[in-house]
Amino acid sequence: MNLLEVKNLTKNFGGLTAVDDVSLHVADQELVALIGPNGAGKTTIFNLLTGVNTPSSGTISLKIDEKLQLLNQQPVSKIADLGLARTFQNIRLFEQMTVLDNVMVAMTSKVSENPLSEVLRLPSFYEKETQMKDKAIKLLELFDLAESVDQKASNLAYGQQRRLEIVRALATEPKLLFLDEPAAGMNPRETAELTASIKMIQEKFKIAIILIEHDMKLVMELAQRIYVLEYGRLIAEGQPKEIQNNPEVIRAYLGGDDLELF
Amino acid sequence: MEELIQQLFNGVFLGSIYALLALGYTMVYGIIGLINFAHGDVYMIGAFIGFFLITELHLNFWVTLVLTMGLCALVGMLIEFLAYRPLRHHGAPKITSLITAIGVSFLLENGMSFLFGGDSRSFPQAIKLVNFKVGFIHITNIQLLILIVSIALMVLLQFIVQKTKMGRAMRAVSVDQEAANIVGIKVDQTISFTFAIGSALAGAAGVLIGLYYNSLDPLMGMAPGIKSFIAAVFGGIGSIPGAAIGGWLIGLIETLTFTLGISSWKDAVVYAVLIVVLLVRPNGIFGKKAGEKV
Repeated sequence: MNLLEVKNLTKNFGGLTAVDDVSLHVADQELVALIGPNGAGKTTIFNLLTGVNTPSSGTISLKIDEKLQLLNQQPVSKIADLGLARTFQNIRLFEQMTVLDNVMVAMTSKVSENPLSEVLRLPSFYEKETQMKDKAIKLLELFDLAESVDQKASNLAYGQQRRLEIVRALATEPKLLFLDEPAAGMNPRETAELTASIKMIQEKFKIAIILIEHDMKLVMELAQRIYVLEYGRLIAEGQPKEIQNNPEVIRAYLGGDDLELF
Repeated sequence: MEELIQQLFNGVFLGSIYALLALGYTMVYGIIGLINFAHGDVYMIGAFIGFFLITELHLNFWVTLVLTMGLCALVGMLIEFLAYRPLRHHGAPKITSLITAIGVSFLLENGMSFLFGGDSRSFPQAIKLVNFKVGFIHITNIQLLILIVSIALMVLLQFIVQKTKMGRAMRAVSVDQEAANIVGIKVDQTISFTFAIGSALAGAAGVLIGLYYNSLDPLMGMAPGIKSFIAAVFGGIGSIPGAAIGGWLIGLIETLTFTLGISSWKDAVVYAVLIVVLLVRPNGIFGKKAGEKV
C-alpha cells in the first residue's frame, strides 16, 4: 500500500484551473520530485495536500495503521498531527523567536501537558520541557545549527534559515515531508550541502519526501521518481532517466523539441 | 514637592490597574490584530463577580480574586467563541471584527444595566483598610496589595508566554497563523487561551479597583478601558513589557494632573497624550514594526 494516494485532484480559483485532475502516489520512504515550469501548480498541490487550500474535487488519502484515511476536509493542524510536514518556498520561520523555540513549538501537538501543571510549574512540566529541549537540540545538531540555539531565527544566514525550516518540519515527526524549492536562492556549495542533508533525512528518519525544485542537478541526483506538471496537468511521470529523455517534458520546458534539456 | 511625590506613588498604584488591563489589549492585538473594545467591560464584569462572591457567598478576598479570574477567563473565551471566531472563520475584514467588538462592549454595558440596574453599588470592604505613613507619604494596605498582585500576575504572565508550550504557541500564532497551523498548533485553541489569560487579568483588575474605589457600576469599564488601550498604544501595541510600562505611565500622567491643579482635565490630558504619541511615535515605546490599519 502506498503512503500517500492522490486521486483526480482538481482546484479551481474562479475561472482558472490551477490543478487539473492530478493523480499521484508516494510509497513509504520514497523520494519523489515534482517539477514543471513556473505557474504549473506545484505549490498549489502542496497547499492542497497539507490542507491549506481545499480541493474543488478529488481525494487525498494517507496510510495510517495500514489503512488509507481520507485527508480532505481535515483541519490543517490535524493533518500535521497525522504526519504531513512542509517547508515554504519563501521561508516562513517564527522570526522573532529563538532557533530553539522555533523547533520546540513544532513539538506542541506531540507533547501533552495539562496547562495547570505548566502554570504551577510542577516537576512533570520541567521533565517534559527538558525532554523536548534535548530532542530539539539533537535535531539541530544534525543540521549544524546547535551553536545558534539562542539566536533569533531572523538573525541566521539564509542557508541556515532554510535548514531551520526543515528542522522545524521534522520536529513534528512527519511520515511525509514536503520541501518547496529548498535550494531556491542557494549558492552551489549550499546546494551541495542541502543535497547531502536531504539524503541524510531520508535514510536517518526513514520518511518519504516530496520535493519541488528547479535545480535539475539536485532533482536528478535525489529523486527516485519524478512527476512533471504543466498548466496544472501531469504531463509525465517516471524515473529521472526517462524524464530527461521525454519529448513532452523537453517541449514544456523549452518550447522546442530539438534542444538539449539536461 | 511632598504633594508631587505623594501623587507619583498614587500614580503607580492606579497605573498597575491600567497595566493589567493594557496587557489584555496588547495580547489580543498581538495574536489576531483586533482591538478588543469589550475588554474594559470584562473588567466591569470582574468587579461585579467579585462583588457577588463577597456579598452573597461571603468568600474571602483571595478566594474571590482567584475565582473571579477564572470566571472572567470563561467570559473572555465565550466572547471570542461567539463573536470573533465566526467572523475569523469566514475571513471577515478586520474592520468588521472591530465594529463587532464595539457591539459586544455595548451589549455587556447595557445588558448589565438591564440585569442589575445602572446605579452604582458600593464594593464590600473585603480587606480592612490600614493606613501607613512612610516619611510624609501616605500609603494604604490596599494600594500595596494592588501593586503586589499586579506585579505577581505580570511575572506569571511573562513566565507563561516565554517558558510554556502554550506561550510558545501564542508567540508562533502571532507571527504566522498559517505556518503555526502547519506545524500542528491548534490556532483556535491558542487564540481562545489568549483571551482567557487577558480576561483573567482584567477580572483581577476589576476586583482590585472595586476594593480601591469602593464602588462599581455597569459603565465603570468605559473610561479605564479606553485609557488602558491608550496605555497599550503608548507602550507599543503587541508588546507585553510595553503594555505594563504604558499602564504605569498613564497612571502617573493622570495623577500628576492633580498636582498641577487641573484634575478636572485628567481624562483630556490622557487623550492628548494618545494624540501626541500617535503623531510622534506611532509604534509606541516598544513597538517594533509599522502598525497595521484596523
